[in-house]
Formats: sequence, C-alpha cells, structure tokens
Amino acid sequence: MSLAFILFFLCALLAVGGALALILSREPIHSALALILVMVSLAVLYLLLGAPFVAAVQVIVYAGAIMVLFVFVIMLLNMGAEEHTDFSKIAKFAGWPLALVLMLWIGYWLAHAQAGAAIGTGAAVEPASTPGLSTQLFRQYLFPFEATSVLILIALLGALVLARKEE
Amino acid sequence: MSVVPVSYYLVLSAILFGLGVVAFVFKRNIITIFMSIELMLNAVNLAFVAFARAHNQLDGLVFVFFVIVVAAAEAAVGLAIVIMLAQHRQSLSVERVNLLKF
Repeated sequence: MSLAFILFFLCALLAVGGALALILSREPIHSALALILVMVSLAVLYLLLGAPFVAAVQVIVYAGAIMVLFVFVIMLLNMGAEEHTDFSKIAKFAGWPLALVLMLWIGYWLAHAQAGAAIGTGAAVEPASTPGLSTQLFRQYLFPFEATSVLILIALLGALVLARKEE
Repeated sequence: MSVVPVSYYLVLSAILFGLGVVAFVFKRNIITIFMSIELMLNAVNLAFVAFARAHNQLDGLVFVFFVIVVAAAEAAVGLAIVIMLAQHRQSLSVERVNLLKF
C-alpha cells in the first residue's frame, strides 16, 4: 500500500461522500459545500494523475468561481430548505437500483475498455508539461478555443438580458 | 512507488456520474439540480484526465478546459434563469414550475 494508493482512496472516499451528502442534504447551501468538497478532492486526484495545471484550474475556476456563483445565488434567494414532495413509487423502487446498474455498467465498461492497453504499470507519474498543453491548446485546438470565447460572450449577454429589470 | 491503475479512476468517475444522475432525478430544488449537472461534468472531467494519462496525450486535458468553460457559461445563464424563476414563482421547487406540463 503505497502513499499514492492511500491518497487515492482517501480522496475517492471524500468525493463519493461529498456526492452522497449533496444528494441527502435538504439545504441547498449544504449541497453546495458538499460539491466544493468533491471538487477539491478531484483536484487532488488530478495532481495524482500528473496534471497539476488542470488541478489548479479546477480549484480556481470550479471551486473558486463557479461554486461561489452558486453559493451567492443561494444566499441571495434564501429560499430555505427543499420541500418534501411525495416521490413517485417508480422513483422509489426503481431509481436507486437503476442508478446502481448504471454506475456498475459504466465502471465495468470503462475499466474493461482499458484492459487491453498497458495502463498504470511501473513508471512513476510524470507531470504533464504545461508548455506542451498550451501549445496544443493554441495550435491544434485554436478554433475550438476561439469558439468558446464567443460562447462565453453569448452567455454573458444572455445572463445580462435575463437579469435585467424590466421597465 | 507503484502507481494507482487508471481503471480505478475510471470506476470512481462512473460512480460520481451515477450519483450525479441520482441527484439530478431525485432533487426538487432547481439550484441543486444545477449542481448535480456540475457533478456529472466533474465526473466526466476525471475520466478525461485519466484517459489522457493512460494514452500519454494532452488532448484529454485540453478537453477538460473546454468542459470547464462550458460549465461556467451554463452556470451563468442557468443561475440568471433561476433568479428570474424565483422572482416570478417565489419558490425554487421544480414542482411549482408546471406551466408547460401536460
């Protein structure tokens, strides 16, 4: 049991626990904090996978910006706890088993698809080079990059139009 | 030092995605539903990074950035819609938003 394994299982446990807390808590703010826990533990996993820049972006953009937006809106609206509604019988008896089947199936499929390739053997994890990453982003993926900037602009305009007070 | 197999990450990603689907279906608060979408996107990001590691290529990491950008745009527009909804309905429960329901 090496350090990497211990760290992986610790973070995996935190991530799954956070996701469960997101589902089980009734207060939206608790769900948001649980999701932040998931994101931070995923950032540690990215570090383990040798992607330090992605880990930094995960913490700064996801946990730092997007979740702050969520928490801000929750605080702003202050609608209190989730209302308890009567679940449909189908959701009660088929929901969890079907979700379990989905998880197992995706997990099995993903793990199985990888079985052929020689994965994670021997060699220590070498961090992915950030210069290489930026070269890839600004050369090979230049058009999608520019397209996302247009997308951001449109989203900005959309949010402005939606949030505007009507005269 | 031995390295954690990539398949472990993929299974964790599948579990997180499944929990995201469960949250998406079960939750009644529209903000929490948005957050479960974010959870699913995070799970997919983990799979992207794991595959990038497995194949020793950087494309997966570039895709993660695009996913994060789209998530940010979605959160901005979605939360603006949520605020509008809260002003009109005085509630965040999706059960109350049934104007188009058959």
